[in-house]
Amino acid sequence: MKQCKVRVETWINGEPVEFLCEPRQSLLESLRDVLNLTGTKEGCNDGNCGACTVIFDGRIVTSCLVLGVEAQGRAITTIEGIADGAKLHPLQQMFLEEAALQCGICTPGFIVAAKALLDSEPGPSEDRIRLWLANNLCRCTGYDKIIRAVQRAAAMAQEVKI
Amino acid sequence: MSEQYKILGTRPIRHDGVDKVTGRALYGADFQIAGLLEAAILRSPHAHARILKIDTRKAHALPGVKAVVTAADFPQSPDRIVDLGEGETPLSYIRGNVLASGKTLYKGHAVAAVAAVNVHVAQEAASLIEVEYEELPCVLTAPDAMRPDAPLLHADLKTTEFGEQTGRASNVAEHFRHLLGDVEKGFADADHVVEREFHTATVHQGYIEPHNATVLWNQDGRVLVWTSTQGAFVVRDTVACMLDLPVSQVRVTPMEIGGGFGGKIPVYLEPVAALLSKKTGRPVRIVMTRQEVFEGTGPTPGSFIRVKMGVRGDGRMVAAQAHLAYEAGAYPGAMVGPGGMCVFAAYDIGNVVIDGFDVVVNKPSTAAYRAPGATNAAFATESVVDELAEILGMDPIEFRLKNAAREGTRRADGPKFPRIGCVEVLEAIKAHPHYSAPLEGPHRGRGVAIGFWFNAGLQSSCTISVNADGSVVLVEGSTDIGGTRTSIAMQAAEVLGIPAEKVQPSVADTDSVGYTAVTGGSRTTFATGFAACEAANDVIRQMKERAARLWQTGAGSVEADAGVFRSNGNSLSFAELAARLGETGGPVIGRAAVHPRAVGGSFSGCIADVEVDQETGKVSILRFTSIQDAGKAIHPSYVEGQMQGGSVQGIGWALNEEYYMSDRGAMMNSSLLDYRMPTSLDLPMIDTHIVEVPNPGHPFGVRGVGEANIVPPPAAIANAIYRAAGVRLNRLPMKPMAVMQAIWSARKA
Repeated sequence: MKQCKVRVETWINGEPVEFLCEPRQSLLESLRDVLNLTGTKEGCNDGNCGACTVIFDGRIVTSCLVLGVEAQGRAITTIEGIADGAKLHPLQQMFLEEAALQCGICTPGFIVAAKALLDSEPGPSEDRIRLWLANNLCRCTGYDKIIRAVQRAAAMAQEVKI
Repeated sequence: MSEQYKILGTRPIRHDGVDKVTGRALYGADFQIAGLLEAAILRSPHAHARILKIDTRKAHALPGVKAVVTAADFPQSPDRIVDLGEGETPLSYIRGNVLASGKTLYKGHAVAAVAAVNVHVAQEAASLIEVEYEELPCVLTAPDAMRPDAPLLHADLKTTEFGEQTGRASNVAEHFRHLLGDVEKGFADADHVVEREFHTATVHQGYIEPHNATVLWNQDGRVLVWTSTQGAFVVRDTVACMLDLPVSQVRVTPMEIGGGFGGKIPVYLEPVAALLSKKTGRPVRIVMTRQEVFEGTGPTPGSFIRVKMGVRGDGRMVAAQAHLAYEAGAYPGAMVGPGGMCVFAAYDIGNVVIDGFDVVVNKPSTAAYRAPGATNAAFATESVVDELAEILGMDPIEFRLKNAAREGTRRADGPKFPRIGCVEVLEAIKAHPHYSAPLEGPHRGRGVAIGFWFNAGLQSSCTISVNADGSVVLVEGSTDIGGTRTSIAMQAAEVLGIPAEKVQPSVADTDSVGYTAVTGGSRTTFATGFAACEAANDVIRQMKERAARLWQTGAGSVEADAGVFRSNGNSLSFAELAARLGETGGPVIGRAAVHPRAVGGSFSGCIADVEVDQETGKVSILRFTSIQDAGKAIHPSYVEGQMQGGSVQGIGWALNEEYYMSDRGAMMNSSLLDYRMPTSLDLPMIDTHIVEVPNPGHPFGVRGVGEANIVPPPAAIANAIYRAAGVRLNRLPMKPMAVMQAIWSARKA
C-alpha cells in the first residue's frame, strides 16, 4: 500500500524536530501518534473542547483543526514544554495546590491556553480569564478552582517579575 | 474536632497530580503497543430498522484492512440471563447493544467494525460496508412508547408488573409500585393539593475523554485489555461473559480515565476490539469520535413525571403520589428504580404511592449519570414543594424543615433511614449568608431545592506493603476519576500515623488486586477507603507483633498511637520499626477485603440566584451555593470539587443540554458546539458549604459525595426563574425559547 508522506521540519518545545506525516493527518495526530507527545489530548476532534490546545507561533490553536504539514517552519509549545526543566510552571503548581483538576483530561489544554494568556496579559481579571478559557471545556470541576488557580499563578508571575 | 485527626481534613497535593499537570499521565487512548491496528465502527443511520443483509466484501478488499466483524462473530451460545452488577439482563441484549443483531434500535447502533493499519483506512473501509435495511417506525418518548399501538422494539419483551411476569408484549419492561399508608385518605385530609406534570430531556454525561479500548487476544489464549473504565472488574466479567471465556482468561488494565459520571460503567468497545484481535493476532485499538460518544453510548433517561402532593394548612405534608415514566433507550434498564426511591426521600410523608415505568424507546441504551434517576424526580418534587410553600405563605426552607426526613423516617420503598443529614443541610442553607443576602434588580430571583442520593457499599479490596524507609505502597482497584487515590491513601495514613505523602497509592489491573466493584454510587472514598482503613489496621497488628518480638514481650502489651509503637518504656516510630522488619520475620503486608452493608447516603441542597432576560429568555446564574453532607470530608478541596462539578452539570441540565431529536430519531446536535455544556464564561464561582453528619457505617464517618450535588440544581433554578419572571417551567431544559414562550403565555393570560 502506497502512502505519500510529507517531511515536516518544525520546532517543538524549543527543539528542532523533523517528522513524516500524511497530508490528511492533523497536527494533533502528528503530535500524538507520530511524535508520541500524548500529553495533548483529543476530546472531540472538531475544535469544540480545547483539550488539544497548543501554542502555535505564539497563538493558541486547537491542534485537531491544524494539519501536521502546516507545522512546517513554525514554533509549537505543548504541555510537555510548559515546565522549566525540573521546576513546574506556576500554573502547574497552582493547579495542584488549588485542586483544579479531577479527572485531568482537560488539564493540559487549560494550562497551555492559560499560559498564552499570562504570557501576553499580566494580571487578567476574572472575567477576562473566563472569556479566554471559554473554548476549553471541563466537565468535572465547574471551573471554579481552575479560575482560582489561574488567578494565583498570575499573581505569582507578577511577584517574580517585581 | 480539628485535633481529632492528623491527616483527615487536610489538603495534601494529590499523588497523581504532577503526572496530570505535565501531560505524562497515560489515559486509554495514550496507550502504545507494537503492532497496533486501529479500528472503526459502522453505525446504523436509522433509529429502527431490520438488517436484511451486510456485505463486507468491498471493505475487505481495501488495502490495509486486516479484519471485519459483525454480530455473527460472537460465540453462538444460546441466550441466558446474566448479572454483571447492573441487574439481571439477557446476554443477547448486552451483545446486541455492542453489535446489532437482526435489528438496529437507535441511530448510532453499532453494526460492524473494521481493523486496519490506521484509523483513516479503517474509517474508509467501514464506509464501504454495504448494509441493506428495512426501515421501521420509531418511537422516541416514554408516553408514546407506552401507547397500545406503539411500534415494539423487542418481540420478546414482556412487561413485569409488581414483580410478576404478565406475558404482555409491550415497550414497558417493568412497572413497579411503592405504597405507604393510605394515600386516598391522606389527600382527603389535605387542605391544599398541587399536581403537576414534568418532562425532562435526554442528556449526556459529557466526559471530555471519548471511550477507548485496546485489546490483544494473545496467542496463549489470554485476552489483555487496556481501557478507560469506571470498573476494570466489570469490564473483565462482561468481556468474558460475551466471549464465553472464564474470567481468569481476561486481564483488564485500567488506564487513567477522562471522566465518567456513570457513563463509563457499560462496555461498548472491548468485546469488538477483542473479536478483531482474535482474527488478526494483533493488538487492536478503538477510540470513539465525539459523535459516536453522543449517538452510541448511554446518556441518562429522558422522562415524563407526574407529581401530586397534599399538605394541611399547618404546613404538614400528608400525601404524595408520583408517576415516573423513564426512557430506557433501546434496552430495558432506565434508572427509574432509584428515581422511585428518591422522589420523596427528603420528606417524612405518611401516605405515599409511587408508580415507576421502565420504557424502551429508539434512543441509545441509557447508562447511569451521577445520582441516576434522582435529578429527574427531584425536579418534579422540589418544584411542587416550592409551589406548596408559596400557597401556604411559608418560607421554602421552613416548609421543608417542618417535613424533613430524619433518622427513623420510613421511605415509601421500605427502608427506614439511619442517621442522615437532611435537617442539618436545611439548617445550613437557612444560616448561609447567601440565603439572607439581598437580591436587588429587576427580573432576578432566588430559588432553593434539596436532593438525596445513596452510597453504594459493594466489594472493595486493598493491600498495603511496608517499605524499609517507613513509607507504604497501597494497591487498590478503584478507578480514580476525581482524586480518590488521595482520599483513600489519607485514610490509611491516618490509621498508620504517617503523613499522606508517605503512602504511595496505585490502581492495579485485575490480576494484581482483589475484586473491586465500579467507581460509582458515591462508593469509592467510602468503601475502598474502608478497605484501606482495614488493611492499615492489619499492618498495625502485624507491626505490633514485630515490636513485641524486638522487645521480647507480648504483642498485647504494645500500643500504637500516631505512628509510634510503645511498650514498657520502649518506643519505636513507624519508620524505625519499618527498617527492622527484615530481622523480625520479613516483609509486612496488610490486606483487607470489605463488603460494607451499613451504607449511608447524602443530602445536598443549593441556593441559586438568576436573572431572566425578558427579550431573549436567556437565564443567567448570578450566584450559586451548594451545601452537602459529606459525613467526614477527607480532603475538603476534592469534596468541594465534587459539589462544584455536580452543581454545574445540574446547571447545564437545567438550562441548555438536551438530545435534540428529529422525528425520525436522529440526534441533531451531536457535537460539543451544539450540545452546549456550560463553559467558564457561563458561570460565576460556585460557593460550597460542607456539612458533616458522620455516617455510622464508616470508621471515620465518611459519606460519598460524588452524586447528590447534581440533584437539586434544576429545581432550584426553576424556582428562581419563577421568582424572577413569574413563570413556572415544567420542562427541561429551560432554554431561552422555552422561557420566552412561558413569558408570552403569561402575558396573554
